[in-house]
Amino acid sequence: MSNIPETGRTQRVQIRLIVIQVLVFSLLLTLGGRLWYLQIRNGQEYSDEAKNNHVQQVVQPAARGSILDARGVPLADNETRLVVSASRTELMKMDDDGKAVLTRLADVLDMKPKDVFDKVRLCDAKTPQPCWNGSPYQPIPVTDEATTQQALTIRERAEDFPGITAEPTAVRRYAAPGKANTAQVLGYLSPVTDEEITKAQDSESPYLRSDMVGRSGLERTYDKELRGKAGVTRYEVDNLGRVIGQAKNDEAEAGSSVVTSIDARVQAVAEYELNDAMKKARQEFDTNTGENYKADSGAVVVMEAKTGRVVAMASLPNYDPNSWVGGISAKDYAKLTGKKSNFPLLNRAIQGQAAPGSIFKVISSTAAVNAGYPFDGHYPCPSSYSIGGQTFKNFESQGYGDITIGRALEVSCDTVYYGIAHKEWAKDGGNNPKKNPKDWFYKTAHQFGLGKETGIDLPNEVSGRVPDREWKKNFAKANHDAWCKQGKKDGTYVEKIAYENCLEGDKMRAGDSVNYSIGQGDTLVTPIQMATIYAAISNGGTLYDPTVGKAIVSGDGKTVQEIEPKSHGKLPFTKKTRNEIDEALAGVATRGSAAWRFGGWPQDKIPMHAKTGTAEVYGKQTTSWFATYTKDYSIVMTISQGGTGSGASGPAVRNIYNALYGLDATGKQDLKKALLPTPQKGLPKVQTDGTIDAPKIKPYDPASQKPPAEQTLAAVLGRRD
Amino acid sequence: MAGFSVPRYGPERSGWGRLMARDSVVRRLDWPLLGSALALSFIGSLLVWSATRGRDSLTHGDPYYFLIRHALNTGIGMALMIGTIWLGHRTLRGAVPVLYGLSVLLVMVVLTPLGATVNGAHAWILLPGGFSLQPSEFTKITIILGMAMLLAARVDAGDQVHPDHRTVAKALGLAALPMAVVMGMPDLGSVMVMVVIVLGVLLASGASNRWVFGLLGTGVAGAVAIWQLGLLDDYQIARFAAFANPALDPAGVGYNTNQARIAIGSGGLHGTGLFQGTQTTGQFVPEQQTDFVFTVAGEELGFLGAGLILVLLGVVLWRACRIARETTELYGTIVAAGIIAWFAFQAFENIGMTLGIMPVAGLPLPFVSYGGSSMFAVWVAVGLLQSIRVQRPITA
Repeated sequence: MSNIPETGRTQRVQIRLIVIQVLVFSLLLTLGGRLWYLQIRNGQEYSDEAKNNHVQQVVQPAARGSILDARGVPLADNETRLVVSASRTELMKMDDDGKAVLTRLADVLDMKPKDVFDKVRLCDAKTPQPCWNGSPYQPIPVTDEATTQQALTIRERAEDFPGITAEPTAVRRYAAPGKANTAQVLGYLSPVTDEEITKAQDSESPYLRSDMVGRSGLERTYDKELRGKAGVTRYEVDNLGRVIGQAKNDEAEAGSSVVTSIDARVQAVAEYELNDAMKKARQEFDTNTGENYKADSGAVVVMEAKTGRVVAMASLPNYDPNSWVGGISAKDYAKLTGKKSNFPLLNRAIQGQAAPGSIFKVISSTAAVNAGYPFDGHYPCPSSYSIGGQTFKNFESQGYGDITIGRALEVSCDTVYYGIAHKEWAKDGGNNPKKNPKDWFYKTAHQFGLGKETGIDLPNEVSGRVPDREWKKNFAKANHDAWCKQGKKDGTYVEKIAYENCLEGDKMRAGDSVNYSIGQGDTLVTPIQMATIYAAISNGGTLYDPTVGKAIVSGDGKTVQEIEPKSHGKLPFTKKTRNEIDEALAGVATRGSAAWRFGGWPQDKIPMHAKTGTAEVYGKQTTSWFATYTKDYSIVMTISQGGTGSGASGPAVRNIYNALYGLDATGKQDLKKALLPTPQKGLPKVQTDGTIDAPKIKPYDPASQKPPAEQTLAAVLGRRD
Repeated sequence: MAGFSVPRYGPERSGWGRLMARDSVVRRLDWPLLGSALALSFIGSLLVWSATRGRDSLTHGDPYYFLIRHALNTGIGMALMIGTIWLGHRTLRGAVPVLYGLSVLLVMVVLTPLGATVNGAHAWILLPGGFSLQPSEFTKITIILGMAMLLAARVDAGDQVHPDHRTVAKALGLAALPMAVVMGMPDLGSVMVMVVIVLGVLLASGASNRWVFGLLGTGVAGAVAIWQLGLLDDYQIARFAAFANPALDPAGVGYNTNQARIAIGSGGLHGTGLFQGTQTTGQFVPEQQTDFVFTVAGEELGFLGAGLILVLLGVVLWRACRIARETTELYGTIVAAGIIAWFAFQAFENIGMTLGIMPVAGLPLPFVSYGGSSMFAVWVAVGLLQSIRVQRPITA
């Protein structure tokens, strides 16, 4: 048949066939190598990429918990607004990309279709506002001002509005029940920062771009509890972003509610009375400065004496916390933080500090007893006291002869304390102090918790100051150069002081000590510190950490975590001394410096204890202090540049007590009118759906507690004070 | 799936009997080749099923739509293989001019209004019943057969040791005609395969080296010319640009390659398991049942599964090479070599583009990809290989 051997073909073809075979298998090997490289070498990298590819997160915000008063009245809660949202994922599944649905929606909402289209389009470099800046998997709000009728239409005709939801959505509201503004205690929210978002990104509760974070007050202290946990649904999506499955679903957990010990009614009374007292003080003429009192700011604290719980806390000037809701405008912010408005954001009950004046004398009295001066011993009370040519006068009283410490408290005799303090100063070595001075007066102040935060559950509390030797030394070190520069031996008052300070500013001088003993000078205290101290005297000596939060109640009302009162110390006195001081303070209210403010008070039924204070501030008008307690409550009020303690704050504090106990101006008790004759026990009940049966509250009517006759009488006689 | 069934075919009943009677035929069949091809088709049916069961727009709501069709295609393909074996490649040799003429006619039909465009390539004839025909697939066979016929005629007759220049020129002309038509569709992928087929055929024919290198040179020069003269469509240029730099426009032209690589890469050693691939169920990879079917294997079956496909392809090619080397006549050698060049290059290009080492071109993966024409063509090719093996003398 042919002359070619049967075994095959020519050498050339044979070789080429082998070449083909080699080529073929090198191609296959190349593929295998590349496959190994992609799947084994870099497999992890690609599977991460695949994960990013197909999983999309949708975050449902958790409803922020409410801040409730002791009876369940919401001080801060959420207002529901009807928000109509469109789901892009749903709309994009439609043949016309949802155009028809959106057009129908626009018709229902009385909007222009174009406006609706614009709102649900996604923002990019070329798209101007309005557009949706968030995740395309998040329902996009079309309006947050839908009427109930519109929402119902959308819901009832669900088949006409696929992908459209009309849901009530929460917006923060500070209700100010009964005009209880409570601004500084509640605090405020402001939008989350980029930094916080990044930080919380991988945590259990990531922030949403739309989240608000507590910045001050209770909103800040209890932010974590109030915020709850945002729900995260991870959807598996396909290449077009269509949802093909739910990968993981963490339900949103509504934030817990914080039940406070604040009683909105008492808070309203406190706020009203503080403001009223300040208004009235401004009508008083200050003989020292030759002008009316400025009464530029003030604070009042109403505290449960046996627990340290704060029933009311007011600070003036205040502001409307609602101005923070939905983002504060630059103008409002400037207003809230400016000097012109006198810093209304400050909570002066915990952040305002001033010399205490005579309300400090409970500390001096204790110090004296502890230093070995019997309470009922007799001490001279002249009208003035001289130390080395310098005369220290009695601020609030005249001379009373030889009196006991108790009487000195009652009539607020400064010279009794001057005498004891001067002796103690001399015992500690005087101008050449001993190595380990006893420093009774300073030690006792520290034991009373001064110079240190009380630990109240509100942020940024200030510590006040006890001007002890250590402080003096540090203070002098810091100011030495300035003093020496400014000081002149025969200059003005300030220059003379500076001159003295330059020479021996680090030394505890006799004048410092005696001044300190009556709460003047460099001592600084906050109203909350004094309220804590007076509550402690009332309860037998326990210094409680003041608390506003009383319990954390979970969103479903099922778990209640009570915030138990905690103590940060005992007052350093014996039961006997405490009783003696207690009696003396009762005397203040019945026959002492505050007696004129407590005429007709039912002292037998509700023993009242009080101490007035008027602190001198160089270059300013005097600070008025009024510290009081009964067996259940302690109330401390202060008014900066407000005059004397009993003068400016007396009637206001009495009115708060009147409201608490249901007393009228004559001292007649009507328990039906009493807001809180005994501290609120128990907690408001939160239902499983998160709602609370809160009692309705009426705004405080200051006239209501006076009998009709009294009102007309008061009108005829003018002011009773 | 339940495998496949060889459809009963009436007219061939007598032929079937003949095959059975000559039991040697069945015995001489290359079983590894057949088994590997079958295994590839089987794996292919699973992958096609996985890739399409969620694509309602393609399946009309029937998740088994593509599975059934793939099985059916495999069945028809095997029937064609059996027919080819039954007829024998030598018998077919006589019919080559007719087949060649028919195939050229078919590719020309594509250029008439009867043709349809899929993915930028105007390469299809739509048939009723949802079937479509891609004539260029059959043209690959007829080019091989036609060229082999011309090149081997005088050699097998014993007149020449190697085909002379005139014969080679004639053979090239024979290949050039349908290639020009396919080029005009334009179906660049198929043209590339045909060029490689021509190369393989020339190599195996023993044609002078000058022809081989000349053709290689012409190929390169042609590619440059095509590029320079702007004969390519924009989409083709974009594919090459994306190949050169996949990070370029990942949402656009780089999307396919990027997503394909993510799918394969995320498979790891074992894969996510059949039907479990997120890239596949999420339909991130386009054309996944056809050109990008290998990505399903990569993601869901992992390195082991995808590697198995490579191994099976390797077995097919290894057996084909053996058949090419062992046959005694040049005609069979050339046909086998042409088929090897076809399978090898098409598989390399197809898998290579999913792995990002080749530019994207619309070519199916032999046996595995969904597509009737391709499936029929590769099984006919297997039939030819079997026939070459069966018809060589046992004592070689």
